[in-house]
Amino acid sequence: MGRRIPVPVVNAGSMADIAFLLLIFFLVTTTIETEAGIDRKLPPVQKEPIVIEHKEKNILSVLLDGAGRLMVEGDLTEITDLRTITKAFVDNGGASEHDDGYCGHCKGLGDATSSDNPSKAIVLVKTQRETEYGMYVAVQNELVGAYNELRNREGQRLYQQDYTDMERQYQDPKTLSATKVELKKRIQHLRELYPLNILEPSQQ
Amino acid sequence: MSKFRKSTTDRPEVSTASLPDIVFMLLFFFMTVTVMKDDTLKVKNELPNATEVKRLEKKDRVISIYVGGPNDQFVGALGTESRIQLDDKFANLSDVGPYILERLAKMPEELRPFVTISLKVDRKANMGLINDIKQELRTIGTLKINYTTYEGDTFMNLK
Repeated sequence: MGRRIPVPVVNAGSMADIAFLLLIFFLVTTTIETEAGIDRKLPPVQKEPIVIEHKEKNILSVLLDGAGRLMVEGDLTEITDLRTITKAFVDNGGASEHDDGYCGHCKGLGDATSSDNPSKAIVLVKTQRETEYGMYVAVQNELVGAYNELRNREGQRLYQQDYTDMERQYQDPKTLSATKVELKKRIQHLRELYPLNILEPSQQ
Repeated sequence: MSKFRKSTTDRPEVSTASLPDIVFMLLFFFMTVTVMKDDTLKVKNELPNATEVKRLEKKDRVISIYVGGPNDQFVGALGTESRIQLDDKFANLSDVGPYILERLAKMPEELRPFVTISLKVDRKANMGLINDIKQELRTIGTLKINYTTYEGDTFMNLK
């Protein structure tokens, strides 16, 4: 019996077509969503309304009205200037060297009519019901940006690393836990130097 | 002469047997990175831009609230005033609290302190409604929020 029956070959040509079909389906339905945004922590509910006991000069009032206008300390301002104004206000360090609120790391002008110390400086954001959300986010973005720039500067001075860099590294799952402990300490220290004091009074 | 001609005509075919493998590889890549959209949006949701953003990494501890003007097919019935959407239904302001608590109850207990509320709000929405939602979130004690945005030039929001 020398005759051999040839083994039939399975035609795999259509396999590619099927795979392509599936591929195209997933290509179309895929939305590679990278969600990002501005983090904020809301204050817990208080039974009694908080009365701010701060000097007028420690408060930067930012008002956003329904027509999309921005008022900083009562003056009509372009939103592109907000970051510079906020930085100058927070970093001012108005308290003199002998007072207890003296700010050693501030590089501001030391204007006596502006904030004493970053930990005392408060940014007050007021909105109206008709204020557009896009505008509000832009303002929040500029305020957070101003604080980040100041924290970055101190981060570079103390640890030769940007604050935003540290945060990113801290979030990264590949970072070792030993490094994380050290990073957390540094991040907290920078946050203490420039605490993010943004208040939004509730409307009456 | 004839010898030469024979060798030129008798070329071997290019094998396409490995083509499915390549395509399957691509297929698996897309299958793994795909996030199926679980909510169909009924509201307009053009998020504002921002530059100072942080990533929302872990999806299992994020609860989304959508706010925006109703889509074109609902404008006739609902008007153009901004609405809240929870899961895939329109909702009232008073539904926000119970909805969040219900979602929290379904979560494993160890995740609950880390829950972030992602506010996906159309850039044309009004702050009044957003402040009301924030007030609701405060009363039920979920304080971590995230104004979800696109990454981009923030001054584009004003146009």
